[in-house]
Amino acid sequence: MDKQLAAQLLEKMLICRKFEESVQYYFSLGMIHGTTHLGIGEEASAAGSCLALDRNDAMYATHRGHSAAICKGVDVKRMMAEIFGKATGVCKGHGGSMHIADAACGAMGSNGIVGPSAALACGSAFAFKNQGKKNCAAAFLGDGAMNEGVVHEAMNLASVWNLPVLFLCINNQYGMSTHISKVMKNTDIAARAKAYDMKSVTVDGNDAYAVFEAVSGARKTAVENSEPFLVVMNSYRISGHSKSDGNQYRTKEEIQHWKQLDPIRLFKEKALSEGTLTSPEILDIEKRAESLISESVQFAIDSPFPGVEDIYEDVYSE
Amino acid sequence: MSTQNEITYAQAVRDAMREEMIKDPSVVLMGEDIGVYRGAFGVTQDMYQEFPGRVIDTPISEAGFVGCAIGAAMSGMRPVVELMFSDFVSVCWDMILNQAPKMHFMFGGQLKVPMVIRTAAGCGTGAAAQHSQSLEAMLCHIPGLKVAVPSTPYDAKGLLKSAIRDNNPVVILEQKLLYRTKGIVPSRDYTVPLGKAEIRRVGNDCTIVTYGRMTHVSIRAAEKLAEEGISTEVIDLRTLLPMDKSTVIESVKKTKHLLIVHEAVKTGGLGAEISAMISESDAFYYLDAPIRRLCAEDVPVPFSAVLEKGVLPDEAKICAAVREEVG
Repeated sequence: MDKQLAAQLLEKMLICRKFEESVQYYFSLGMIHGTTHLGIGEEASAAGSCLALDRNDAMYATHRGHSAAICKGVDVKRMMAEIFGKATGVCKGHGGSMHIADAACGAMGSNGIVGPSAALACGSAFAFKNQGKKNCAAAFLGDGAMNEGVVHEAMNLASVWNLPVLFLCINNQYGMSTHISKVMKNTDIAARAKAYDMKSVTVDGNDAYAVFEAVSGARKTAVENSEPFLVVMNSYRISGHSKSDGNQYRTKEEIQHWKQLDPIRLFKEKALSEGTLTSPEILDIEKRAESLISESVQFAIDSPFPGVEDIYEDVYSE
Repeated sequence: MSTQNEITYAQAVRDAMREEMIKDPSVVLMGEDIGVYRGAFGVTQDMYQEFPGRVIDTPISEAGFVGCAIGAAMSGMRPVVELMFSDFVSVCWDMILNQAPKMHFMFGGQLKVPMVIRTAAGCGTGAAAQHSQSLEAMLCHIPGLKVAVPSTPYDAKGLLKSAIRDNNPVVILEQKLLYRTKGIVPSRDYTVPLGKAEIRRVGNDCTIVTYGRMTHVSIRAAEKLAEEGISTEVIDLRTLLPMDKSTVIESVKKTKHLLIVHEAVKTGGLGAEISAMISESDAFYYLDAPIRRLCAEDVPVPFSAVLEKGVLPDEAKICAAVREEVG
């Protein structure tokens, strides 16, 4: 593995992890309101995917979208401020945890509804194709979203219109509390691509480098041939679904098993054993990630709340 | 030099799209059977030949192609989607409710969604309960959308041009019975602003607020009432969201009587909103009688022609309602 890439993947994953741990902490203190969907354990899928994308590619994230947003390049400080509901937030405090966007880096917004991102991504890909741009659009989807009708519609549309769309499915095996085996007869999600005459690949979603390789390849195919591609990343959500999760639907042993497969831990071990990164280098990356997060939290806390007097400002565009 | 032609409402819609497509390469049309079939109501005609690759037949996937139009709009296009019947908002409701109108606000003004959904609305064609509804009130309950119902070919063209140039999602309800009606439309480039009502007939005794096809029915009723010595003002709202409240308020202050007429069912309809709006305004103090609403009966649209006609407001019902209002 390339040293620079390894450092980037690790740094992104660490920022994501520390960001979410921080969100969880301030949530527990009552300093963040609303709800939040953490993706602890899924960072490799987000980092590997987003680092394989071009800055100008469009990326649509899910409600569990913090990591995708961070890895696509959303400013971490302003994202933290958004989650704190502050005026300096990347969406001025209008969106919150579930709705992070930063048009400047192609983060077209994380969506609170399961599935529509697949269709929206078709639209960005349609525009790029029309504009003669060599870009693609990526839609993150969970395994649960694969049972939404609109995802079927979007995959069919992308295929029949030859649109450069990457359907990036993070299969964390649960739709909230419901295991994939209860809601899908054939749990080989990639097999669905065949129905749309679409290429697909399944990859270990806890291996950041493997994800990067798979998505890079898929992106190359999508952009060069103008065609969609389905990438399925098998992973696991170590954190609960949201703040209401009592973990009644899974065993401690199961969670423990997946903690052993923590993507950050595996990545570090591999980088060390293969000599890609040294211990001091890893420590340095960790420190950088930590200070970025503490600066972000401080920025968020210090920022003012938005005023309701401006609330009509962004209902309509000029 | 500007010329004027008498053309149909359908042609006016087509001309608006043609002219905007010639001017702006980012305008594309998407919809079911708008290509070689020429549109279910014949609106697009031979546009697929005139604009190769820009008049696009879609799969029967309303959520898919409306969603695709939203994404395309966010990435720099100006898509105009034809939703074959407005009743089909049900199968792409998430896109109309949660996606298109939310993007700009929810993401702090960073993204915009310049798109138009044109859709055939209203009853009178014997298409029964699932192809005849007037669902504008549901659409007007969604901040971030704009909603217009043109009543004439002139407005159909002018409002659609405004909608295509607007940076927000706009739904245009084209009433099916209006497609073949004719009117004078200038050939010059003009627009009708979104959010501006039109006083179709000036009167002093009673205000009728209406829109779409009921504008014409109301004008005919007003002419009949004039013979009886009742002077009726008819306001065509043209855009329902945002609504031109001041035109309605000023008219009510003048006539001191208000009748609201629409083809949609009464309960939870736009009539309730207009009535409440007047009640909250200073026009309330000018009223000499309670506000009345004349709407479709609160039933699904029935099939049989007698029933279909029977549940709707008509000229006679409007005349009777105005007589009671001013009597």
